[in-house]
Order: sequence, then C-alpha cells, then structure tokens
Amino acid sequence: MAIKKENSSRRDFIKNSSMFAGGIVLVSLLNPLKMVYATKKPKGKGKWYGIGIDIEKCIGCASCARACKVENDVPNEPFFFRNWVEQYTITNDDEIKVSSPNGGIDGFKQPVPDDEIYKTFFVPKMCNHCAKSPCTQVCPVGASFESPEGIALVDKSYCIGCGYCVQSCPYGCRYIDMENGVVDKCTLCYHRLQKGLDPACMMACPTGARIYGDLNDKESAVSVFIKENNCAVLKPQLNTESKLFYNDLSQEVH
Amino acid sequence: MPLQVKRLLIVFVLFIGIMLGLKYFLTPESWREYGAYRGNALTEISDKEAKYVQTETCAMCHDSIAELKTQGAHKSIQCEICHGPGYKHIDDENIDMNIPDDNQFCMRCHSKNAASPQSIIKQIDAVEHSEGEECINCHNPHQPWL
Amino acid sequence: MNKYETLYEALANLDGYIYPNEIALNWDLLIVMYPYVTGLVAGAFILASLNRVFDIKALRPTYEISLLTALSFMLVATMPLITHLGQPWRFYEMLVTPHLTSAMAIFGFVYLWYLMVVLLLEIWFDYRYDMVIWSQQKKGFVKFVYKALTLWVSETSPESRKTDEKIGYFITVVGIPSAFLLHGYVGFIFGSIKANPWWSTVMMPVIFIFSAMVSGIALVMFIYMGVSYLRKQKPDMMALDTIAKYLFYILIIDFTLESLDQIHRIYEADESFDILKILVRGKLFFTFFIMQIGVGVLIPLTTLGFLQFKKPRERIRKIIYLIISICVLVGIFYMRWNVVIGGQLFSKSFYGFTSYKVDLIGGADVWLSVLWFIVPFFILAFLLWLLPPWKKNHEAMH
Repeated sequence: MAIKKENSSRRDFIKNSSMFAGGIVLVSLLNPLKMVYATKKPKGKGKWYGIGIDIEKCIGCASCARACKVENDVPNEPFFFRNWVEQYTITNDDEIKVSSPNGGIDGFKQPVPDDEIYKTFFVPKMCNHCAKSPCTQVCPVGASFESPEGIALVDKSYCIGCGYCVQSCPYGCRYIDMENGVVDKCTLCYHRLQKGLDPACMMACPTGARIYGDLNDKESAVSVFIKENNCAVLKPQLNTESKLFYNDLSQEVH
Repeated sequence: MPLQVKRLLIVFVLFIGIMLGLKYFLTPESWREYGAYRGNALTEISDKEAKYVQTETCAMCHDSIAELKTQGAHKSIQCEICHGPGYKHIDDENIDMNIPDDNQFCMRCHSKNAASPQSIIKQIDAVEHSEGEECINCHNPHQPWL
Repeated sequence: MNKYETLYEALANLDGYIYPNEIALNWDLLIVMYPYVTGLVAGAFILASLNRVFDIKALRPTYEISLLTALSFMLVATMPLITHLGQPWRFYEMLVTPHLTSAMAIFGFVYLWYLMVVLLLEIWFDYRYDMVIWSQQKKGFVKFVYKALTLWVSETSPESRKTDEKIGYFITVVGIPSAFLLHGYVGFIFGSIKANPWWSTVMMPVIFIFSAMVSGIALVMFIYMGVSYLRKQKPDMMALDTIAKYLFYILIIDFTLESLDQIHRIYEADESFDILKILVRGKLFFTFFIMQIGVGVLIPLTTLGFLQFKKPRERIRKIIYLIISICVLVGIFYMRWNVVIGGQLFSKSFYGFTSYKVDLIGGADVWLSVLWFIVPFFILAFLLWLLPPWKKNHEAMH
C-alpha cells in the first residue's frame, strides 16, 4: 500500500516538528529518571489483551503452530514461526534436552527412554505482547508499535527491515519475512479479534491449554486463569512486563 | 559577521529548510493518530481476511454432524483443526474440505509421549493398539467411542 | 537456487536448541562493516584533533590526510546500513518519522551533525583560503568547482584567515565530543539490547570509542605511508613515530577496557555465562583469541612497546609500522565481527547455537561489504587530487 502524503494543516506540521524537536530535551531534562518505553498502558476502560497458557494441559500436538501458519500466511518453512511448541526433557542425570522439530509441526519424539526421564513437558511459545516491549522501543521508524489494546503489531508497509527489533526480542518471536524484507510477528490475530473471532492458535487448541482475554476485565477467562493459578512469565528479570502468563512454568524454561 | 560565515549560514538554512520540507511532505497520513505510528496501519492489519470460520459457522449447514460431535470426546475440538480452514468453502461448497483418514493424523495428538499429560489425552502406541488397522475403522472421529 | 538454502544449511548444523526464528542471522557482514567504517571515521578525526586542539606539532603532516580520510569514510558510513535493510528505499523514514525511543533512529541526526557541522565545516575552514587561491589559478570547469566550493567568497585578507582559524579551532573542539558521540552511539545501539547478554554492557560504547580510535589511527598511519610512497616522498618519521606512540597508548587503554569487560563477565558469571563460555571457546575461538587478541592487540602491543625503548633504523621502522597498522586494522575488524556475528550465534534460550558461514562467492553481503570498504579509498584519492594537502599554503597559523 502506498503511503499518502500528509494533508493536515500547517499548524499541525509546526506542532509536530516542535514536538519532535522538544522530545529529546523534554525526556532528558524534565524527566531524567523516567524510563524510556515506547508504549504506555492507556488509561480508561479499553481492552488490554493478555494470554494464559496452561502447561499442564498442553499435549504437544502443535495444532496452534499449524493453524497460525495457515491463518497468517507464514512461510511453510521450518524456520519462521509466529508460535511454536517446545518439548523439554530433563533426565535423571540433570541433563536438559529441548527440541522443537519444525516448531512441533513434525511431531515430537522423546529423546530418552521413559525410565531415564526425571520430568518432561511441552511449552508453547508465542509473542508475549509485552507491556514494556523491547521490540517496539527500538523500532527506528515507528513501524513496530503497540496497539491501544496492548498488542504488539508491525506496520509492514512502513517497516524498513533493519532487524533491530528481531535482535531486541528476548523471546525470539520475530523474523524477517524474506519475501518482502520486512519483519513479521504474531498479531494475536488482530484481524480475527476485530471480527469477533478467536485467534487461530486459541481456536485450534484441542485441550483448552491456551486462554486469552481482556486483563482489564477481572471476570475474563485470562484474568480468572491468572487468579486461580500460580502463573509466571518468561525472563521476568528483563522487566518486559510480558502479558503471556504460564501456569506451572518450570525454571528450566528460558 | 564575516562574509564566509554569512554564506555558510545561508547554505545551512537552505539545508534545514529542505529537510523540514521533506519531513512535511513525506510524513505519512494518520501519523501520530494514536502514537508514534501510522494510525491507518491498525485498520490495514484488521482488514485481512480471516481463514478459519469456527465451528458455529460450520454448524449452520452441517448441523447433524455438529450435533453428533457435541456428545463425544472431541466436542471441544474445532471442525477446522481436522478439515482445514473453511473461508473458501463457505462461499463455494464445491471447494472441498480436507478429510484426513490416515492413522498418522490421529497420532498427532494420541501418540505416546511422556511429556503429554495422561489425564488430558488418551495416548496409545500405534503398533500395539491397532496392529496396522486404520483408526477410523473402529472410531468415528466425530464421536470416538460410539 | 532456493533463497532458503542457506537457512536449511544452518538448520542442519544446529548445536543444541535455538528458538526456530533464530536460525536466520539477520545482521550479517554488512552490519560488521557499519561500526567498523564508522569507527575509522571517528578515529581518524580524533587523530587530527590531537594536532589541532592538543597542539601536538609532530602530527602536523598528517592533519589534512586524517581529515580527508575521515570524510571519505564518513561519506559511505551509512551505506552498509542502508544496503542491509530489507527495504532500502524506505531509509528516509528514519529521518522523517524518527521514533524517539529507538537508539537507531537518532543515528541519522548524529550522522548529519557529524558530517555537516563537524567534518565538512572543519575541512572547509581549513581549505577555504587555499581554495580561493586555487580558483584564481585554475581554468574552466575546475575553476568553477573551486569557486562553488568557496561559496563564491573570494576573501583572502589576513582578518578573514584569522576568522577561519578561530572557527576551525572551535569546530575541532566541538568535534572531539562529537566523534565520541558518533561512535559511542554506535556502541550504544548494541550495548542497549538487554535481550542479548553478549552485547548488553555499559562498557560497549566506551570500548567502541577506544577501538575506533585505535583503528582510525592505524588507518591514517597506513594511508599516510601509502600516499607518501605513491608520491615518491619520504614520510615524516617524526610524525610516524608520534602516531605509533599514540597508537600504543590508546591500544593499552582499549585492551584494558576490553579485558575489564570480559573479566567482569567471567567473575559475575550470570545466567548467560555458560553459553558465552562455550561460544568464545568454540565458534569464536579463531576470530576472538587468534585474530582480535593475537593479531589485533598482542602483536602490535609488544612490537610498539619494544619500539618505545629501542629504535631500529628508519627503513625497519617503516616496515614495522606498515605491518602493525594492517594488524590493528584486521584485529579491529574481527573485534566488530565478534561483537556483531558472535552476538547472534548463540540462542537467547541459552540452549544452543546457530552457525554463520561467509559465502565468499555468491553472498551479496560479502561483495557489498568489500565495495563499501574500497569506495572510500577512491573518494580519498579524488579528495587528495581536489584538495592536495601538499599544495596548501603552509604559513597558515596552526
């Protein structure tokens, strides 16, 4: 899609330019200790999406990964994923084995015999839609942004493909789409949400291991899930304020 | 002010003027509508067609199968997980849906794996359990234990 | 040939577990060139300032060459970055709608500041008087070019030269922090990525500044000797010895800072340490221990240290300086390599590694990188023809 030039009034332009010029000065002088995040949770009653994943219920079928690839036209190659499933196996010798053959789509095999397994489980991964997302923070042109609903999105017609966000995502959830050289990532099926449908991965999960909903609504499925379970997020030390909450997350999972 | 400095200043003013002009003309429409991004991007992203239409849509026509399915162990499973996305089929019923019948398909979920929680899903060793028999010869996928 | 072929190859050569999207190593050789070239600019400029601001007279013969070297590399400094983009024609967006929370967005402005306000102005004020003289001597198109370059100001009075000198000095003073800003800033682009423990260190900008100075000084040393050789002139040994002395000092600082960074990392041994240890001992062994530390630091350091005590004959010294400057340039290149490529080889899951192979024949990144390293030398040759330092009027004040 072509980008049309702005046709706002001159006053807007002057306002924008001065806002831009004053931006750095304001941030650095007036508020030196304020952290520089790209987004701020909007005040008010709007939706603020969060995701819950119940590891106890995941059977590793990777229906979520398949459905996502189909729904979002993700290249059918074993290296580009908006969501995928990992299998963790910890042996009696404390060795940690992780695998994700084609994101789980090719099916899982246990690498060790059952009597040598200390514990084993599946971990579905996807974009954490962080509230303080490092990826939208570093985008140099504002092509990666957080929607008012708290979903990290990519404006593919504006992305320059520098790959800085790919580097800054601690969870490996972004990739460069080689077809057109821009970044692609999970949108929590924004197009489906806006039509009143469930995100493809949520819809596809046969056991109800995936839950999503409005975190502002304390009655929503995800709010209840977080309340009733002992949930944890990935890499909490990075303070990304991830909105993907895992029930029963083992400490081996990074 | 020395002459050379005056000339230089003119060049710089010109340069900054050109930069500001470019900024004015190249800044896209709807920039900063909600934040430091193109507001129109939100509608562009949400305009994308949804491919999975979800069980409620399927049940509008296939009501008997949908009814059958609600009584079985597969009741929580969406039709399109097995049959593929239905967005073309709902417009044109001649476009066939996928009807998987091989054992491998069932084994995506039901193969034995210590990582799969026993309480959530029935797991079998394919060779031991069926001795080469097709799954669907004994089980109706829409109601597996009839 | 399939465009995914290299990725399938990488997929076949995985060690351990990585996130599936991490197989593609997005920042390739071009992004290695970007801090490398930028560093050469900053380093060459700082060497020039040593002469002017700190009044080190022995460096006078290399003053203009340092500035022109800095300019010619500066002109292509953004090219590795731009040609690396997935959508190169959209690069202007970074100037039109810069996203202020991004470390990368400000690069365009830092670059423009440094190019337009520091480098070009300093060179302009330094050469203005000479360009006026040359515009009077030459004929035809060249005359017009010089006239245009002087902005049609033909002032040659002593007062005007005094003004040039004063403003030039002021710009150099402003230029030193600007050069630090330029390259420290490039370091910040990497150092501020908290997701990547190999990059995320406050030392990164400081290390980048000092490694930039090391590489820039080595480059000017190399170019000064090269230009003297091509002009069949004897290089000023005083200048070369002084450059070597400063190279020695700054190399010590640089190595100390880098060692401090690594020692700190080893002693703290946080959650990422185990994977980084395997990385440095394995996939980075050659580029880190042999090239960056061995060739880039230990050989130059011991040789230059030796020269501080005992001075061999001029001819030997010249050969030593030539070899040392190449060693340092290679070593700093591998330092950038280890930062950029090394930081992407291990998985952020800390459970495995991907691989990166330089495709010497077919890779677009390789020939573009080579191109962006060669083009500055042609620009420099042109600049030396247009603004020959040896034809300057040298009764100038500094």
